[in-house]
Amino acid sequence: MNAHLQPSGSAYFLAAETQKPERHTLSVLVDNEPGILARVVGLFSARGYNIDSLTVSETEHEKGLSRITVVTVATPKVLTQIKLQLERLVPVHKVHDLTAEGKALERELALVKVAGSGEHRVETLRLADAFRAQVVDATTESFVFEVTGKPSKIDSFIALMVPLGLVEVVRTGLAAISRGPEGM
Amino acid sequence: MAEQMTGAEMVIQALVDNGVEHIFGYPGGAALPIYDAMFQQDKVQHILVRHEQGATHMAEGYARSTGKVGVVLVTSGPGATNAVTGLTDALMDSIPLVCITAQVPTTLIGSDAFQECDTVGITRSCTKHNYLVKNVNDLPRVMHEAFHIANSGRPGPVLVDIPKDVQFALGMYLGPDEIGASRHKSYHPATSGDARAIEAAVDMMLKAERPIFYTGGGIINSGPEASERLRELAELTGFPVTSTLMGLGAFPGSNPQWMGMLGMHGTYEANMAMHDCDLMICIGARFDDRITGRIDAFSPGSTRIHVDIDPSSIGKNVRTDLSIVGDSGLVLEEMVRIWRTKTNQPRTEAIAPWWEQIEGWRSRHSLGFKNSDTTIKPQHAIKRLYEATKGRDVYITTEVGQHQMWAAQHFPFEMPNRWMTSGGLGTMGYGLPAAVGVQVAHPDALVIDIAGEASVQMTMQEMSTAVQYGLPIKVFILNNERMGMVRQWQDLLHGGRYAHSYSESLPDFVKLAEAYGGKGIRCSDPKLLDAAIQEMLDYDGPVLFDCLVEKHENCLPMIPSGKPHNEMILPDFEDDIGAVIDEKGRQLV
Ligand SMILES: Cc1ncc(C[n+]2csc(CCOP(=O)(O)OP(=O)(O)O)c2C)c(N)n1
Ligand SMILES: [Mg+2]
Repeated sequence: MNAHLQPSGSAYFLAAETQKPERHTLSVLVDNEPGILARVVGLFSARGYNIDSLTVSETEHEKGLSRITVVTVATPKVLTQIKLQLERLVPVHKVHDLTAEGKALERELALVKVAGSGEHRVETLRLADAFRAQVVDATTESFVFEVTGKPSKIDSFIALMVPLGLVEVVRTGLAAISRGPEGM
Repeated sequence: MAEQMTGAEMVIQALVDNGVEHIFGYPGGAALPIYDAMFQQDKVQHILVRHEQGATHMAEGYARSTGKVGVVLVTSGPGATNAVTGLTDALMDSIPLVCITAQVPTTLIGSDAFQECDTVGITRSCTKHNYLVKNVNDLPRVMHEAFHIANSGRPGPVLVDIPKDVQFALGMYLGPDEIGASRHKSYHPATSGDARAIEAAVDMMLKAERPIFYTGGGIINSGPEASERLRELAELTGFPVTSTLMGLGAFPGSNPQWMGMLGMHGTYEANMAMHDCDLMICIGARFDDRITGRIDAFSPGSTRIHVDIDPSSIGKNVRTDLSIVGDSGLVLEEMVRIWRTKTNQPRTEAIAPWWEQIEGWRSRHSLGFKNSDTTIKPQHAIKRLYEATKGRDVYITTEVGQHQMWAAQHFPFEMPNRWMTSGGLGTMGYGLPAAVGVQVAHPDALVIDIAGEASVQMTMQEMSTAVQYGLPIKVFILNNERMGMVRQWQDLLHGGRYAHSYSESLPDFVKLAEAYGGKGIRCSDPKLLDAAIQEMLDYDGPVLFDCLVEKHENCLPMIPSGKPHNEMILPDFEDDIGAVIDEKGRQLV
C-alpha cells in the first residue's frame, strides 16, 4: 500500500527516494475473459502498488474488450513500472496513462442518501439543484440523489450533505477518456 | 485435419503436435482420463516422479538443457499445490514450462469437492499465464497457445487446468497450423530491437575506454546462436565479459576476456570492472539485487546500454541510458553486423589501460582459498571434479547454498545450456530432479548435481525415479553438516549464534543410495578424492557421493549486504566477518 514510500527494485536500495508521488489515471484495454480483473488487481497487490479507484466494464462486445480505469498514486519511476508490468499480462492490449497524456475527461457517479425534515429538506434540495443532482428516490423523510461529475465535485456535494442528514453514499469510481478525436 | 476426439486425447495429440517427447508427471483421480489416453499411445514418454515439485524441476532441467518446453502433468488439489514451487522457480528464471493440472468436474467447481483447489487462483501470480478450460472445444487452442506463450518473448511457465468432465467430453481437435494465430491478439512479444538504437549502441561502444559486457540468462534463453554472436562480438571489440549466475556458459570460461561471474559472490575483477567502467553493455540480464549491491553506489560513472526482451526489466532497478527491447540473439547479430561496417579493428589499443587495470584486480586472485592436506576443501573438491570431467559433455545442476556459489566460481563452462541452477528463487531441492530432467533429455551425457547435504534431502526421493528409468545421474554432495550459507550469514549478522542451521542426524548417504538401488561413495580424505571421483564417473548408474568437507569454510569473495561493488570481502580477509556489516545492512536479505 505504501509503494510510493518504498524505493522499488533492490534489497540494497538504501538511498532515500527523491521522486514525489503523483496521482495518475490509467486506462487499460483488456480482453474480457474470466480472471482478467483478478490478474490486474493481483498485480497491484503483489507488487505493492496503490489502487485509489478502479472501474471495469465491457466496452466493445463484438471484440470482447473491456476497459479498466485505475487511479493510482506512485512516483514517476513506479508509474512507468506499473504500465510496463500491466502490459506483460497476456490479455492486456494497451495501457494509457491519461494523466501523462494530457487533460483527460474524468467522471464519477454517486448515489447519496440524505434523511431529514423541515428546513433541512429545503436546503438539501437547493444544494442538490446547484450541483445538478437528480432526485432518484424520495420519501417524506429522505432523498436519494444521483450526482455525476469530477470526483472533487462529488466530494464537495457529500461534504455539504453531512450536516443536512447524510445517511450513506455509493460511488462508482472513476471513468476517464482522453479529449479530442483519437481513441485508444 | 479436424478430428473428433475426447479432451484427454486432445491433450496427448497437442503434446505430439507441439513436438513433446517426454513429460514428467504423477497421476491422481482427476487426471485419470489423460493417463488412460497416455497409456494407449507411445509417442510421448511419461516419466513417473515421486513428488510433483520434482516433476517441475525435472521439466526445468529438461527445458534449460535443450531449449525446448518442459512439460508437467499433475492431478488436482495437492498435485497442483505441490507444483507451485517449481512454477515460481521457472517464472523467476524465465524457463519455458507447460504444466497441465487436472481439476474436479466443472459441475463441482466451487463446492469444496474432494481434491479441489483454486488452481488458477493459486498459480496466477506464479505463471506467465494460466487457463481454466471449461469447454472441450477450447482445449486445442488453449494447448497450442500455452506452448506458444511459454516459449516466446521472455519464456515462462504456463498452466492449463482441465476439469475431469472436459477430459471425457468429445470435441473437434484442430492442429496448431489449423488454428493459426493465437486468440490473444494482445500478446505480441518483441523480437528484433530498434535498428537505430542498436546503431547508437555500437557508436557508444566505438568510443568506450572502459567497457564491459554484463550478460545474463537471456542469452541462454535466446538459443545457442546468441552465445555464438556474443563470442563474435567480444572478439571483434576486445571487451571484457562477465555474466550473472544464470548466464554462465554463454561465454567460454577458458577465454582470456572472461572475467568470471559478477555479483554477491562474483570475482573481484568482475565487480571492480562493473564499478569503474565507463560503458556497461547489459545483455539479457536484469540488474537483480544480487548483482548490483548497494544501488546508490552502483557503477557511479558508467553509461549503460540495456538489451532485454522484457521492457519492464529496463529501468526497473537502475537508470539506463540506452534501452533496446528485443531478443538478445537478434540484437547481438545486428551489433556484430554494424560493428563490421564501421571498423575491422578491435579497440585493443584504446582499452589497453583498462585491461591493465583489470589484470591488477585479477592478480588479487579473489577465488583463492587455503587448501588442506587433511580435510577436503569444498572449492578443491569442485576443482578436482572439473579436472576429472574436462573434455566430456558434462551438464551441471546445483542445489542452493554455498556449494552452488562454489560451483559457479570453480566449474567453468565452455558451452551454453550446460549449467542448470535455481537463481531467482533460490530453491533448495532443485538440483537432483533437474539432473534427472537433463539426463532424460541427454541420455548419454554426464550429468552431475553439485549438492549440499541439506538441500538434497528436500527432493531426495527422486533418486527412485532415476533408478526406475536407468538415469545415471551423479549427485556430488559437499557435506559440511551445516546449512553452510545460513551458518555464514549467522556469522556475518548474528554473532555466530547458529540457530537451527545444522542437522543433528544426517542420513548415511551411502546406505541411502543403496536403499534406492543406486551406488553410494564416501570420501573424507583429500588424498583419496581423485580416485573416489573416478569411481563415481565409472559407475553406470545413479550415484550419491558423500564428500565430507571442511565444515566452517566461508564462501568468498562476497559483497556484504548494503555495500557497493568495490567493498568486497576477499578470501585473504583475516578479521572477524561479523564486524563487516553495519546496522542498516543487517535488515537486508
Ligand atoms: C526451499 C528453501 N528453504 C530455505 C532456503 C534458505 N537457505 C538458503 S541456503 C540454505 C542452506 C543450504 O544448505 P546446504 O544444502 O547444506 O548447502 P551449503 O550452503 O551447506 O553448501 C538455506 C536453508 C532456501 N534457499 N530454499
Ligand atoms: Mg551443507
